[in-house]
Amino acid sequence: MQHPVTTTPLTHLQRLESEAIHIMREVAAEAENPVMLYSVGKDSAVMLHLAKKAFYPSPPPFPLLHVDTTWKFQEMYKMRAKAAKDAGMELLIHQNPEAKERGINPFDHGSLHTDMWKTQGLKQALDEHGFDAAFGGARRDEEKSRAKERIFSFRSANHRWDPKNQRPELWKLYNMQKSKGESIRVFPLSNWTELDIWQYIHLENIEIVPLYLSAPRPTVERDGILLMVDDDRFQFEEGEEPVERSIRFRTLGCYPLTGAVESTATTLPQIIQEMLLTTTSERQGRAIDHDQAASMEKKKQEGYF
Amino acid sequence: MTHSEDINPDTIYKTDALIAEDIDAYLETHQHKTMLRFITCGSVDDGKSTLIGRLLYDSKMIFEDQLASLEADSKKVGTQGQEIDFALLVDGLAAEREQGITIDVAYRFFATEKRKFIVADTPGHEQYTRNMVTGASTADLAIILIDARQGILTQTRRHSYLAHLIGIKHLVVAVNKMDLVDYDEAVYDQIIADYTAFAEEIGIKAFTPMPISGLAGDNITSKSAHTPWYDGPVLVEHLENVEVMATANQANPLRMTVQWVNRPNLDFRGFSGQIASGIVKPGDHIRVLPSGKTSTVKRIVTMDGDLDQAVAGQSVTLMLTEEIDCSRGDVIAAADIPPQVADQFESTIVWMDEAELLPGRSYWMKIGAQFVSTTVQSPKYQVNVNNMEQLAAKTLDLNGIGVAEISTDRPIIFEPYEENRDLGGFILIDKITNATVAAGMLHFCLRRSQNVHWQDVDIDRAAHALQKRQEPRVVWFTGLSGSGKSTIANMVEKRLHALGKHSFLLDGDNVRHGLNKDLGFTDADRVENIRRIAEVAKLMADAGLIVLTAFISPFRAERQLVRSMLPDDEFIEIFVDTPLSVAEERDVKGLYKKARAGELKNFTGIDSDYEVPDNPELRIDTTKMSPEEAAEIIVDKIVGSWSYTI
Repeated sequence: MQHPVTTTPLTHLQRLESEAIHIMREVAAEAENPVMLYSVGKDSAVMLHLAKKAFYPSPPPFPLLHVDTTWKFQEMYKMRAKAAKDAGMELLIHQNPEAKERGINPFDHGSLHTDMWKTQGLKQALDEHGFDAAFGGARRDEEKSRAKERIFSFRSANHRWDPKNQRPELWKLYNMQKSKGESIRVFPLSNWTELDIWQYIHLENIEIVPLYLSAPRPTVERDGILLMVDDDRFQFEEGEEPVERSIRFRTLGCYPLTGAVESTATTLPQIIQEMLLTTTSERQGRAIDHDQAASMEKKKQEGYF
Repeated sequence: MTHSEDINPDTIYKTDALIAEDIDAYLETHQHKTMLRFITCGSVDDGKSTLIGRLLYDSKMIFEDQLASLEADSKKVGTQGQEIDFALLVDGLAAEREQGITIDVAYRFFATEKRKFIVADTPGHEQYTRNMVTGASTADLAIILIDARQGILTQTRRHSYLAHLIGIKHLVVAVNKMDLVDYDEAVYDQIIADYTAFAEEIGIKAFTPMPISGLAGDNITSKSAHTPWYDGPVLVEHLENVEVMATANQANPLRMTVQWVNRPNLDFRGFSGQIASGIVKPGDHIRVLPSGKTSTVKRIVTMDGDLDQAVAGQSVTLMLTEEIDCSRGDVIAAADIPPQVADQFESTIVWMDEAELLPGRSYWMKIGAQFVSTTVQSPKYQVNVNNMEQLAAKTLDLNGIGVAEISTDRPIIFEPYEENRDLGGFILIDKITNATVAAGMLHFCLRRSQNVHWQDVDIDRAAHALQKRQEPRVVWFTGLSGSGKSTIANMVEKRLHALGKHSFLLDGDNVRHGLNKDLGFTDADRVENIRRIAEVAKLMADAGLIVLTAFISPFRAERQLVRSMLPDDEFIEIFVDTPLSVAEERDVKGLYKKARAGELKNFTGIDSDYEVPDNPELRIDTTKMSPEEAAEIIVDKIVGSWSYTI
């Protein structure tokens, strides 16, 4: 039967949502052993929400994996347990045993901390469970080098990203054929911008870590970056004392590596308002990018997400 | 520099005040934005990067820290003196190219009051066809940039042809750098007249022309005072108003490819997919393809509650009233206007791999969620993308575009690409390397696949075999030249004959001189050689014979093809495993010597690959056993696999 044709355009958020759901279902249907990387941040929150929608009323047919560094904010650990339980999904937590044994930490070990806990830790976890596809929450708008990243990104058996050997992505057709040992990183939020993420969180009422909202918190200013004193492992330098400031975070990671912004935004609309009126790009808060020039490209080749 | 004085972005980007004053009102507006994906076509010289940079800049998608580094870079390496060089915003890619990183498409984002935009930016001249086809495959609109000083160039034609080929309905022909020709109306009119003639020639039905300057900002966000003679839309206004593909698709009959069957418990069975076209409501009568069974939509299930209707572009889960068989790859369609099902098609193929197309080889094909084996015939012709000439072609190289017939190993559900991208666009995947080697578009199914039905015969293959008191087999010997295939096969046949069994030996001597005498030894010819032998072997097996074949058959894909043509258990692959050094030392026919001397080209093992079988039914190590011993083992294998004893 032919319907009377009154077309209703989908909104940009409806289309982004539909695209992400389509991608997740393709992976669930074609991958042997998929997993969703869950970092507890806002992008992960959106990704998890979309996974619940994609498979409703079934729970998402894959576990969540948190590659833990033991240095995340306390509030992130609380959220992690709750989110997995609410979704009815298994939560796998991996901490690199070698980094643990050697006491690798962000204060004393600089970029080795990220390499061992995150890059090596991720490889260990994927190998240990034999995952052949892993969802990540990266977006193309985050940074120049990501603009050309595919939605399905292939990794060799030793997790290297070979930029010369990626597959063209046409229409909605994703080629997931791979040899033994090879794996795929899948980025269903590729086409989302930071504003899209916030709008969607607002619209869908998605629970996020309270650290994204402003509150008085103990802080230290170091090299122009505001750090939060989240627990008693914080190593003060000479003359430093915690000062209470009204702050919030635009991205969340290891607390000694994550810069806060001074803010009075305590609601989502206020955050979005601040973001739209603000003048610095999102990744500035992450110390990791300032380590070396072209650092993202290099980290990605080594297997960092 | 006639810079920025007549840009008034505030008419389109009037956001700041609202954001500051009433964020809730702002959010409310922005929730209702639609989305348009477009591609920009042109080289760096046409001002493509400058135009994209300008769009990002005007829509305030650039933060202050990025702007600061842009300003610094502009002064250092920019081409615009003290002015901001917008091109630098998007040209991080040049450096990457130097590092040897393949860049096919970079995606960038900006938004106006009405829409969010995703721009596919395809840099570079090399690989242009592959890149542009990739970027265009998801685009609603293409901007063809023409340098006003140059007029229509070869690349203008190429870009237009590719955009048209991929079926982009909205073409913007932007005559750029109008500032450099003093905004001369006559120059613009001439270019548009030339383009109109060209467009007609290649079948482009409509396009939207406009005079712009990406650098000076003319007719980008607001009407330029420099072109009072132009009364068409400005670029951003046009981008905000054209109809997006997904919306247009709602007017077509319902089609939804089933991606995943949702079965949390025995009481719930839902079919999940993204609606490709049409609208669906509970109560709608639907048909599931390929089974053709009909049912009715019971519920449209989402986490936010059941929907009253869902439209093209939405990802949903449908529950049906009757329990009917439906799995991944099937299509749920309007019951009275279902799509077609066929297995032979005419298609346009864009080749995207370094290794050329091998006609006759079997590739994986993904179309919607259907995954099948397919073979491509030699192209009817290849298209020269620079002048649209049709050239004779035996194969397609990287970036080659051709029209060819393809056949699939089972019928697939399809619609002509022109009518439905989701059910007409496909990719081909190499079965060994797993690379995506081609993109293709189905145009129509060939009449013969719809109308030619197998003639039912009274004496069927079982009857043939029974009469001979045996079961048919294809015993496929593979191995290097001089490995001993023919010698062993010959002995096997003698033993079968002595047992009173009916057999036939196909080898180079009786095939290369007759059936395949037109074929040489290139990879493409080797594939065709094996394909023909496979067809002959299959017919002989249908006649009840035990067929022995002794060919090098170096490629796994072809051996796999033969296997897939026969019933399970009828194909016996025998790997005659003789190391190259041993075969070369034997050199019964003196061929290795010639190959080493360069007198024989494409000789397997020397300058052409041999792909060792992964799981042959038998592996014969000729360094460990004699041909007689091997023959005995093989005969045991053949006879031992029969379901009755001799």
